[in-house]
Amino acid sequence: MSDDVTTISTPIRLDYTYTAGVAASRFLTSVAEGRLIGQRCPQCAKVYIPPRGGCPTCGVATEEEVQVADRGTVTTFCIVNIPFPGQAIRPPFVAASVLLDGADIAIFHLLQEVDVADARMGMRVEAVWAPRDEWQPSMESIRYFRPTGEPDAAYDTYKEHL
Amino acid sequence: MADSPRVLTAPHVLEYPYTRSVGPILGRFFGGLRDRRIFGIGARDGRVIVPPQEFDPLTAEALDEFVEVGSAGVVTTWAWVREPRTHQPLTHAFAWALIRLDGADTAMLHAVDAGDESAMRTGMRVTARWRDETQGDIHDIVCFDPEIATTAGGGH
Repeated sequence: MSDDVTTISTPIRLDYTYTAGVAASRFLTSVAEGRLIGQRCPQCAKVYIPPRGGCPTCGVATEEEVQVADRGTVTTFCIVNIPFPGQAIRPPFVAASVLLDGADIAIFHLLQEVDVADARMGMRVEAVWAPRDEWQPSMESIRYFRPTGEPDAAYDTYKEHL
Repeated sequence: MADSPRVLTAPHVLEYPYTRSVGPILGRFFGGLRDRRIFGIGARDGRVIVPPQEFDPLTAEALDEFVEVGSAGVVTTWAWVREPRTHQPLTHAFAWALIRLDGADTAMLHAVDAGDESAMRTGMRVTARWRDETQGDIHDIVCFDPEIATTAGGGH
């Protein structure tokens, strides 16, 4: 009798097709042109990015398009120390919520060119875009965000966006 | 915007590389497959359960009496797969079938390579096709093949 087996490999794979919808498609198309386009709610005036075509608070459609800056403020962040299969970046690295100037909701992106110990709430950061010929309808058109060196934003400026 | 909205789509793949601990009973089952042998387990009422279970389904007693069964058996029910999906056992049309191996009292799920749906029927005999280099998992059985009839068919 041969040795008993103790473990088996049971990989699972799910193949989806993601459909972005009209509003997010407009956003992604603008990203491929080096711009960041959000939508403003006609009732509460909040600017959502990426836009989803509606305001989740007011329950109304959002149509007005607003360009927001490619720089902003770190509202919160996570230092990733654990390696996992398929990981593209070697840990430790910082994943941050960035409130872009002109937006009312933070986007999630990679923070680089910073010692992980220096990452902090309120840090001012700017997008580092991929070379122009690599722009595509994907957030990967922005390689990462990096500190601008500006003084930290005051807590009151982003406390409503955490 | 005057132009009609363009909606983007993209493939989105989720993949989980799980490793599963099989425990002592299925560990023997998979170890047996590596040797091209199939082990079930004797229940308290004398039935042979394949694949083996750790506990008796009627009395919940722990089971430990391994019983080797045959690598051929009978299809008890089946479903035809016209268009196999990625990672299914065969790349062409096949049947998922419950197969009661010779000496077993329960049926085991596996694939039957019958070629055509018309070749499938409940009660047909099938034989395991083993992988060239066994590794100790269920894929050591590539699939089951219909047993070749010993008498000539109807000729139509």
